[in-house]
Amino acid sequence: MWTYLFQRLLHMIPILIGVSLLTFLLMSLTPGDYYSKLENNPQITKEKLTQLRAKAHLDRPWYVRYGYWMKDALRGDLGYSLEYKIPVSELIVMRLWNTFVLALAALLIAWLVALPLGIWAAVRKDSWVDRGCAMIAFLGLSIPEILLGLMALLFAYASGWFPVSGVESNRYIGVEDWDAARVLNRLHHLTLPALVLAASSLAGIMRQMRSNLLDTLRADYVTAARARGLSEGWVVGKHALRNAINPLLTIFGYSLAGLLSGAFIIENIFSWPGLGRLTLEALTSQDYRLVVATVVMATGLLMVGNFIADLLLAWSDPRIRLRE
Amino acid sequence: MSLLEVKDLKVHFPVRQGLFSRVKGYVRAVDGVSFSIEPGETLGLVGESGCGKTTLGRAVIRLIEPTAGSVVLEGADLRKLRGEALRQKRRTFQMIFQDPVSSLNPRMTVGQIVGEALEIHNLAPDAAARRERVGELLKSVGLDPLHAQRYPHEFSGGQRQRIGIARALAVRPKLIVCDEPISALDVSVQAQIINLLGDLQQQEGVAYLFIAHDLAVVEHISRRVMVMYLGKVVEMGESRSLCRDPKHPYTKALISAVPVVDPKSKRQRMLLPGDVPSPINPPSGCPFHPRCPVAEARCKTEVPELREVTPGRWAACHLAQ
Repeated sequence: MWTYLFQRLLHMIPILIGVSLLTFLLMSLTPGDYYSKLENNPQITKEKLTQLRAKAHLDRPWYVRYGYWMKDALRGDLGYSLEYKIPVSELIVMRLWNTFVLALAALLIAWLVALPLGIWAAVRKDSWVDRGCAMIAFLGLSIPEILLGLMALLFAYASGWFPVSGVESNRYIGVEDWDAARVLNRLHHLTLPALVLAASSLAGIMRQMRSNLLDTLRADYVTAARARGLSEGWVVGKHALRNAINPLLTIFGYSLAGLLSGAFIIENIFSWPGLGRLTLEALTSQDYRLVVATVVMATGLLMVGNFIADLLLAWSDPRIRLRE
Repeated sequence: MSLLEVKDLKVHFPVRQGLFSRVKGYVRAVDGVSFSIEPGETLGLVGESGCGKTTLGRAVIRLIEPTAGSVVLEGADLRKLRGEALRQKRRTFQMIFQDPVSSLNPRMTVGQIVGEALEIHNLAPDAAARRERVGELLKSVGLDPLHAQRYPHEFSGGQRQRIGIARALAVRPKLIVCDEPISALDVSVQAQIINLLGDLQQQEGVAYLFIAHDLAVVEHISRRVMVMYLGKVVEMGESRSLCRDPKHPYTKALISAVPVVDPKSKRQRMLLPGDVPSPINPPSGCPFHPRCPVAEARCKTEVPELREVTPGRWAACHLAQ
């Protein structure tokens, strides 16, 4: 068991190296660099620009730059952001909390709504409940996240019930103290982005839950359980549901990765200062150290999420547990 | 008194179509079947795929809701039972499934699978007594009591079928519906399971409704045999005489399809033309007439009743005698 865990963790290292290499390569293929926009600035001399580029290793080929980056990264130093002039790690930690709160709220909403609805739809197959859920799923899957976000923004603006941007009201800027009113204010800001983010994953989880449960409800061991006179709740809960849960654990693992890598579209629409927005900004301004750090982190989280999903599977399914 | 008395049982499934799921017709899976089973008896049920054998078996023990008719077990009409009363009654009738892989919950140990019903129906006072009873049951089907700790996927097909049998026996039922319990097994294992079922019948006095599509097996295990075609019983009688001297042309065709071990045997194979007609729009008159080699004009219009052709032998054919 422990050797298996250790092996899985070891396997992550070459993938992380590959992803960071690829990021450096792709960044070098884009025209210009972070300092290109300063070239037309009359106040900055050619010599100064050369100096700045040399300092950021932008005068060297990408693989040499990668070498420099790797040398620092191995010591735990991800370097300075060219744009923000503060350490990349500090920047990420600052944004991490916002991203985490948004993603966790969306995750909770999506799963707590989708699972019961999916179960309900499967148990009452072909009833109006099932049809209603199918309609919701159809809408949820076909409306793009970006359109839903814009519609929510329009709704917030037209009704005035919800703030349109940020994590909290402007009056809290620079304020250190926390009180109940501030928490409420944050929750108020959180509502719409979390709902929109949840809506996009809700439909998929719900349909997956429904179809898996339908499969197991048709299985002979479920019929056998009914034949032995077990109550319907017991039959569904203990026999059908437990066997329907496997694919959902995998999906759950993937969504864990999303918790900390940020939601690009929603964070941008709602001006949510999270990691997704940071990554996008870093890409457009070609702040390469920040880009590599966020991409590598997202990759790492995805792998850890998968890993957790596998552990959950092994924990829940004796057939998988015994094979390993 | 008979253990089980089934009268005019019908199971019709609605066929829905279109936007508003209007009912366009019915699949007459089981269409007016009557029979009885004595305590400790085995009644064989044969017919080709899709003739309604499984539906009949499941409707008898209310795993499928019958559309009409009555099922009386030990004097109690099962169709009138609801909810908790029905769940309590389920102790008296059990089922063994065809597929030994999908009929055992992969997440439960063998002990849990066999012991669950004991717990639900309070058949064992405590966990220790339950463990002991599970061990007893496993031993009675030829497994090691230590196997209770293992999971179903650690067993072979024949062993799994034994677990399924132990599970059905746990509640000491009076009737077990065996839904093709051996068709998914190797021939060598088939014989073992059939012998096991026979031995258990002697020990426990349980009655079987034994569903199969293999007449040779059914003849071996059952005292009486019932032949189904398109949701209806076409012939019923004592198994040996039915196999020697079938009265209904469909039964004749079925028997001629059973392979004979003697390679020199030059018997007449009777091949039926065409396929089984759709049970949504069954043929008029005798449902078998489009494929029957001896059909007459009246077979197309008059529905033959199941009548006693010779003492103890019933057939639904105008021409049988």
